[in-house]
Amino acid sequence: MSDLHKLTGAYAVDALNDLERARFERHLAECEDCRAEVRELQETAALLAESTAVEPPASLRGSVLAGISQVRPLPPVVPVTSAPSAVRHRFPLLVAAALVLIAGFGAVVWQPWSNPAPTLTAAEQVLQAPDAQRVSVDLGDMGKATVVRSKSQDKAVIVTDDMAPAPAGKDYELWLLPDADTYVSAGLMTDGANQTTVLDGSAADAVAVGITVEPDGGSEQPTTDPIAVFDLTQST
Amino acid sequence: MDHVRPVPDGAPQGDLGAPSGGDAPRLADLLRRAALGDEAAFAEFYDATSARSYGLALRVVRNPAHAEEVTQEAYLDAWRSSARFDSGRGSAAGWLLTIVHRKAVDRVRSVEAATARDEGWNRDTTPVDHDQTAESAHASLDAARVRNAVATLTDVQRRAVELAYFGGYTHTEVATLLDVPLGTAKTRIRDGLIRLRDLMGVS
Repeated sequence: MSDLHKLTGAYAVDALNDLERARFERHLAECEDCRAEVRELQETAALLAESTAVEPPASLRGSVLAGISQVRPLPPVVPVTSAPSAVRHRFPLLVAAALVLIAGFGAVVWQPWSNPAPTLTAAEQVLQAPDAQRVSVDLGDMGKATVVRSKSQDKAVIVTDDMAPAPAGKDYELWLLPDADTYVSAGLMTDGANQTTVLDGSAADAVAVGITVEPDGGSEQPTTDPIAVFDLTQST
Repeated sequence: MDHVRPVPDGAPQGDLGAPSGGDAPRLADLLRRAALGDEAAFAEFYDATSARSYGLALRVVRNPAHAEEVTQEAYLDAWRSSARFDSGRGSAAGWLLTIVHRKAVDRVRSVEAATARDEGWNRDTTPVDHDQTAESAHASLDAARVRNAVATLTDVQRRAVELAYFGGYTHTEVATLLDVPLGTAKTRIRDGLIRLRDLMGVS
């Protein structure tokens, strides 16, 4: 905790790698002191930009204004009342390996959605892309997860449905597989039973997406067998 | 080569500056109107901040075409999320520049990752001149204040903050570049920013 607290400065200047960033943002959600310090240090860092101002090309103004005219501002965040999340039993790690088989048999292919909406969040851009490919894996008692990949957006998103939390002291880590034997870390999965997480990194050429259970904060390479593999070559 | 980040030499940036930052209430009001769909207000917001945004993006990504893309993406994000800006939590300019910086750093890292995949790549740390003077905006009191504050940092603090903020390096990369123990750079970055915060009266 005290160690995480020292990352406020590095976070404020975007000097964390993707895994550290994801981990620290989860800490931020729970630490009011860190949130306040991050805000101040971001404000401070922005003042450094006073010394590097450069007039942009005049054409940029037109591009920006043309861009915004096609998108409506998002609505403000309004308070919502939500039911407390159900207590779920911990998923036993020993069963994890067996799920690889389930993952293989459980893959289902969806057709892309039609009617892409105007540009929204990164996740929404992928979910609504005309070329979105969807592969779903049923994890049994653990819930369900769907990977959506858009080659045109070069991004993939994972959407979880009633997903059991990672074991205590562990994180779910996401991986992009450029080929069957290569795992490239794509960040940590957002905590929570029903979450949407954008995978870090280029997804256009990935043949699969994997999930592993890793020590808190994630690993450079998988240290356990995947609990699920989403075969993107099966989708169209 | 122009996407390569050199190690900043730490030399002062001459008379580069920005429009005065004393326009915080006006910028916050423009964003509030933008959240209601007022494109003219957003255009005014752009005019008041674009030199800082583009200059920051250019400093980090170095490639002018990439800097334009990063800046445009950042303004589109700012427009979309304008209703979520909270003037009680900071200035509109600070909020915008945080978006610009994140996008610039993501860009410079993804370009390097792509280059590494394509060519087998060694990061080039040869210093390259920042040739921005000809395009620079007017000097400002704020810029002078910032430079004076930065000048009071210890050498390691200043270089750590600049490598992270302008270089886009991670704190572990900064530690390696500065030849200090891993774990030290993040502390120096934080110490340096806290000192700047206190000197410049950010609250």
